[in-house]
Amino acid sequence: MYFFDKNSAFDRNPLFTDSHHTVLYHDWYCHADALHSLLRPRSLAAVICHNTMGSALSYLACLQNRIVPLLIDSKMDAKLMERLLGIYEPEYIFKPASAVHPLYTMEDYGVYRHSRQKHELYPELALLLTTSGSTGSPKLVRQSYANIQSNAAAIASYLSLTSQQRPVSSLPMHYTFGLSVINSHIFCGAAEYLTEDTVFDEAFWKFCRQYRITSLAGVPFTYECLKRIGFTGMDLPDLTLLLQAGGKLSKRLQQEYGTFAAAAGKKFIIMYGQTEATARMSYLPADACLKKIGSIGIAIPGGTFHIMENEHTEITAPDTIGELCYDGTNVTLGYASGPSDLRLGDMRHGRLWTGDMAYQDADGFYYITGRKKRFVKITGSRVNLDEIEQLFKNAFAGSDFACAGEDDDIWLFTTMPAAAGPELEDFFFKKTKLHPSCLTLRAVAAIPKNSSGKTQYKKLQNFIQQGGSA
Amino acid sequence: MTNAEKYDTLFMTNFKLTKDQLPGLKYRAIPLWDSMGHMTLMEEVEDTFDISIDTPDVLSFSSYEKGMEILRKYGVSI
Repeated sequence: MYFFDKNSAFDRNPLFTDSHHTVLYHDWYCHADALHSLLRPRSLAAVICHNTMGSALSYLACLQNRIVPLLIDSKMDAKLMERLLGIYEPEYIFKPASAVHPLYTMEDYGVYRHSRQKHELYPELALLLTTSGSTGSPKLVRQSYANIQSNAAAIASYLSLTSQQRPVSSLPMHYTFGLSVINSHIFCGAAEYLTEDTVFDEAFWKFCRQYRITSLAGVPFTYECLKRIGFTGMDLPDLTLLLQAGGKLSKRLQQEYGTFAAAAGKKFIIMYGQTEATARMSYLPADACLKKIGSIGIAIPGGTFHIMENEHTEITAPDTIGELCYDGTNVTLGYASGPSDLRLGDMRHGRLWTGDMAYQDADGFYYITGRKKRFVKITGSRVNLDEIEQLFKNAFAGSDFACAGEDDDIWLFTTMPAAAGPELEDFFFKKTKLHPSCLTLRAVAAIPKNSSGKTQYKKLQNFIQQGGSA
Repeated sequence: MTNAEKYDTLFMTNFKLTKDQLPGLKYRAIPLWDSMGHMTLMEEVEDTFDISIDTPDVLSFSSYEKGMEILRKYGVSI
């Protein structure tokens, strides 16, 4: 039985609580039954995601009915969202209920018919997640029922989750890390506490204290924010599980939070994953946190890592860098770049080439040293540098652009004059919804190219690493 | 520049607003004043007025007006 199927043992358990009320697992099952008679089986549906009951119930009701949800960030630029919906033409859309009469209503959400398109869906296809919410790329990750089941089970196991956990929705649910918190807790029959407030809202902490929240999940930026508000000095005795993923936490913060957790009797757990592996691939056990600074830990239960020299040769010697490769039942089916790909089966056969360069130490702990691919993480979400570059090239024809950068810091090199800065910043924010403070602009006479006309990103990257002063 | 002018300039540059848009402005009411915007704003307010904002005040700095109240608490005449 899958965690998203009916389980009579959980019938009376609370499923979601927000600042107003609680819904039970039973309520979810009733909504799913009602939708079953209204929506075409094995159809494609978009869910425009908020951290609200309607949004979370929409996702769960789809899974239970084997309707395939495509989870979309509600903050995505309206034009990009329209384009994405235009490409995939989902039959239904789940979104905040408006004045228009919906087919069905679940809490704050309504279900609307969007198209008459009948998609051919691979029988095991469960869920579609975007690879980049900010650029609106149509490239999606195809996850199977077995994928989400196995990852939820593995996470519940290594975190020793029980139905008594009370996690708060500190991350958006369209984001694979946020979604994995929901999945792994439903696996145990626990409730999630939903809020759209942020750690900078007094209401967020009031909510945490009122419901005696037990766990908090955050990306590196979340932990920067928590530091700013003096989290370690706050009185939150029930909050005993702190989870971190979505990018590399600075060694300084790992040391700080690890030390704090050890002294306060809490667990601070650093994890690593990708949407392509459903969510989670590794975790650093709390008791190793301070001994293994900078490590992503060990593979989750049921998974294994390999450091590969090339496609065929594995590196077994410790402290030797190669590409990190992961084997496990949570390795997703593959990508879709358009609706015709939704019929495709498993292209990865349980093996994921992560694109991350890594090594293993003599004790079997893994460390990421860099990336093969051209992307950075901004507040935990992947941003493809080529796609950002392309957005600018398309919008400002006649000028040249190159994008490089590091996590939480995108550098845009342009042949446009420095005076165009505000205009470029506005465009960047409008299109990507990323905060301009993570964009550094640099006006250059020409973008460095090699003899065949290819941008020399390595040169740009070195420039950035030298603090932009080379 | 007066302190009030410095304060307004921080808001206008960070959130790309004009002066008339500042009164009544609340945290998260506009996309640019999100968590990341708040982090930057706090940093720049501290630098500009040479103060160090305590934890509870970072949380209660929830609007344009509230921010001025907090500054006064730190002895900034605004």
